[in-house]
Amino acid sequence: MNIAVCIKQVPDTETKVRVSGDKKWIEEGEINFILNPYDELAVEEGLKIAEAHSGEVTVLSLGPDRITSAIRSALAMGANKAIHIKTDKNPLDPMATAEALAQVLREGNYDLILLGKQAIDDDHQQIGPILSEKLGIPAANVVTKLEVSADKITAERQIEGGFEKIECALPAIVTTQRGLNEPRYASLKGIMAAKKIQIEEKIVTVPDDKIEILEINYPPEKPPGKIVGEGADAVPELIRLLKEEAKVIS
Amino acid sequence: MYESVDYYQLTNLLSEEEKLIQNTARQFVEDKFIPIITEYHRVGEFPVEIVKQLGELGFLGSTLPEEYGGAGLNNIAYGLIMQELERGDSGLRSFASVQGGLVIYPIYRFGSEEQKTKWLRSLISGYKIGCFGLTEPDFGSNPAGMKTTARKTSGGYRINGTKMWITNGSLADVAVVWAKLDDTIRGFLVEKGTPGFQVQTIKGKFSLRASDTAELVFDECEIPEENILPDTDGLKSPLKCLTQARYSIAWGTVGAAMACYDTALKYAQSRIQFDRPIAAYQLTQEKLVYMVTEITKAQLLNYHLAKLKDEQKMRSTHVSMAKRNNVEESLKIARMARSILGANGISDEYPVIRHMLNLETVSTYEGTHEIHTLILGEDITGIAAYY
Repeated sequence: MNIAVCIKQVPDTETKVRVSGDKKWIEEGEINFILNPYDELAVEEGLKIAEAHSGEVTVLSLGPDRITSAIRSALAMGANKAIHIKTDKNPLDPMATAEALAQVLREGNYDLILLGKQAIDDDHQQIGPILSEKLGIPAANVVTKLEVSADKITAERQIEGGFEKIECALPAIVTTQRGLNEPRYASLKGIMAAKKIQIEEKIVTVPDDKIEILEINYPPEKPPGKIVGEGADAVPELIRLLKEEAKVIS
Repeated sequence: MYESVDYYQLTNLLSEEEKLIQNTARQFVEDKFIPIITEYHRVGEFPVEIVKQLGELGFLGSTLPEEYGGAGLNNIAYGLIMQELERGDSGLRSFASVQGGLVIYPIYRFGSEEQKTKWLRSLISGYKIGCFGLTEPDFGSNPAGMKTTARKTSGGYRINGTKMWITNGSLADVAVVWAKLDDTIRGFLVEKGTPGFQVQTIKGKFSLRASDTAELVFDECEIPEENILPDTDGLKSPLKCLTQARYSIAWGTVGAAMACYDTALKYAQSRIQFDRPIAAYQLTQEKLVYMVTEITKAQLLNYHLAKLKDEQKMRSTHVSMAKRNNVEESLKIARMARSILGANGISDEYPVIRHMLNLETVSTYEGTHEIHTLILGEDITGIAAYY
C-alpha cells in the first residue's frame, strides 16, 4: 500500500508567540518549531497501516528550509521517503497550499492520503476537504478509528453528541483526530537511520492567495474576577449571578 | 513540550539529529517517568519496568557502534540524554550511567569477543541489567586498597570479598566485579545466582530512593575461566570506566538543576507575599539569577567537554572539573530552589526536595567532590595531596 502523509511544521505549543510589528504575521526568530501534533497522529497511523499491509510511507511538506526538521521527525518515527515541496512564495491561503500539495500528490499514485484534521497554528481545517475536491477522491474527516483493507476503509468520525461510521473506496483521504492512536517516540536508531534518507525536493508554482491577512491580534485580556462577598450570606447572591449573569447553572 | 533553560541559545549549536534525540528523551521523561516518580520515591523503589523502554528507545549504551546494538551517537547527544533523564530523577540517570558507562563500556572495552556477543545486545536493549562492583565498605576514595581477591583455580577463579553501595546491585543479571588477582586489579563478570554470590539491598536511604543500591558479598564464589575481562590491567581499568560515568554525571546534574530552577521560577512568579509575587523581591531575584547563571556555565562546560571527547582530546581531569563543578552547583541550586519554595519546598508535591536529596549522593559517588579537588590539584601543581 502506497501511503502519503501531509505534514506541517508549526510553533511549539509551549512557545510564547509574539505578533510581528506589521501585525500580519508572528515573530519567527526565537520560536521552537515542531511537527503539528495532529499530523503526528497521521504519521503514526500511516506507519501502522504500512506495517500491517506491507506498505510504504512518504511524507510531504510545503514550506521554507526550516521545515526539514519536521520532515526528519517523521522520518525518525519510521517514514520511508520524504518530499520537501518548495515554492516561490509561502502560501497563507489553504486553497493555494492544497493546490500545490495536489500537484505533487497526483504524481505519487497514493492509495491513502493521511493528514491531521488541522494545523495548530492557523487552524483552518481546510486542507483535507480541499484536497478531496481537487483529487476527486473521498475524504473521511476528524477520524478517531480507522480500518483499512485492500480496497476500502472504514472510519469512525466524531460528530456532535456521538460517532459516525463511514466506509469509502480507496484511494481516499483521512484527516486524523486525537484518540486515533498514540504516536510512537522516535528511537535513536530511527533518528540515525533518518539521517541517511535523502529528502526529495520538488519545486511547485503556487496560485495566488485568495485570502489576505489583514491583522493578527492577541486575545483580549481576561477581565478580573468578581468577589461577591464572604461567608454564607454571600451564597444567595453568588447563585443568582451564576444563574442570571454567567448562566452556568439553571 | 517542556522548554529547557537555554539562556545562551545553545540549542542553536545542536545538529538536527541532536535536537531530535533530546526531544525524544525529554518527551519520554515527561510522559512516562515524571508521572510515576513521586510514588516510587515514596516507596523507595526503582521503577524497573522502565528499563525495557529505555532500551527500546536506545538510551542504554547509545554511543556504541551499531554492530553491537548501539546507535553510534556522538557525545553531545549522549550527554543530552543524560541531562533529560536526570531532569526526571538522579536515580533514572544513575541507572543509565551504570548500565552504559560501568557495564556495557567495560565489556566493550576490556571484554573478549565471546563476552561482547553474549552480553552487549541484551544489556543495550534493556533485557539484561548490570552493576559495577568497585567500592568496598572500607575502601571508597582509595579503591587501590581493596580487599576483594580472585584466586586462580583449575576451572576458573574464586572470588572473596564485599562490595558496597552498588547501584542496580539487587536487579543485576551480571556484576562487573573488580578484584585483586596476584596483587593486580582485574575485572570479572559474575552472573546472578552463582553459588557464593549474595546480594543485600541497602535500606533506609534518604537520597536516591528511587534507585536500587546493594551490598554484594562473595564467599568462595567460583566463576569460570571465560568470565575474566581479558584486557583489564590494574586500577586504571576501572578508572577508565569511572571517567565515562562521571562524564554522564556532569551532564545529568544540569538536568536536575534545570528542574529545580524551573520550579522555583514559576513558584516565585505566582507566590504572593505582602501583596506582590516573591519574584519581585531582590533577595529572590538574586537567587534566581545565581541559578540561571550557574546552569548556563555548566551547560557551556558540558558542551565543550563533549567536543573534546568527540575529538578524543578529553583528559580524565577535564571530566573531574565538570563533575566537581556541576554537581556542586546543582546542589546549591537545589537548596536555593528549596528555600524559594519555603515550606512547600519540603513536600514531594514539588520535585525540588527529591532532587536536592539525590544530589547529596551524586556529590559523593563517582569520586567525591573532595577527591576531584585533589585530582585537579595534583594535575595543576604536580603534587599529589591525597595522603
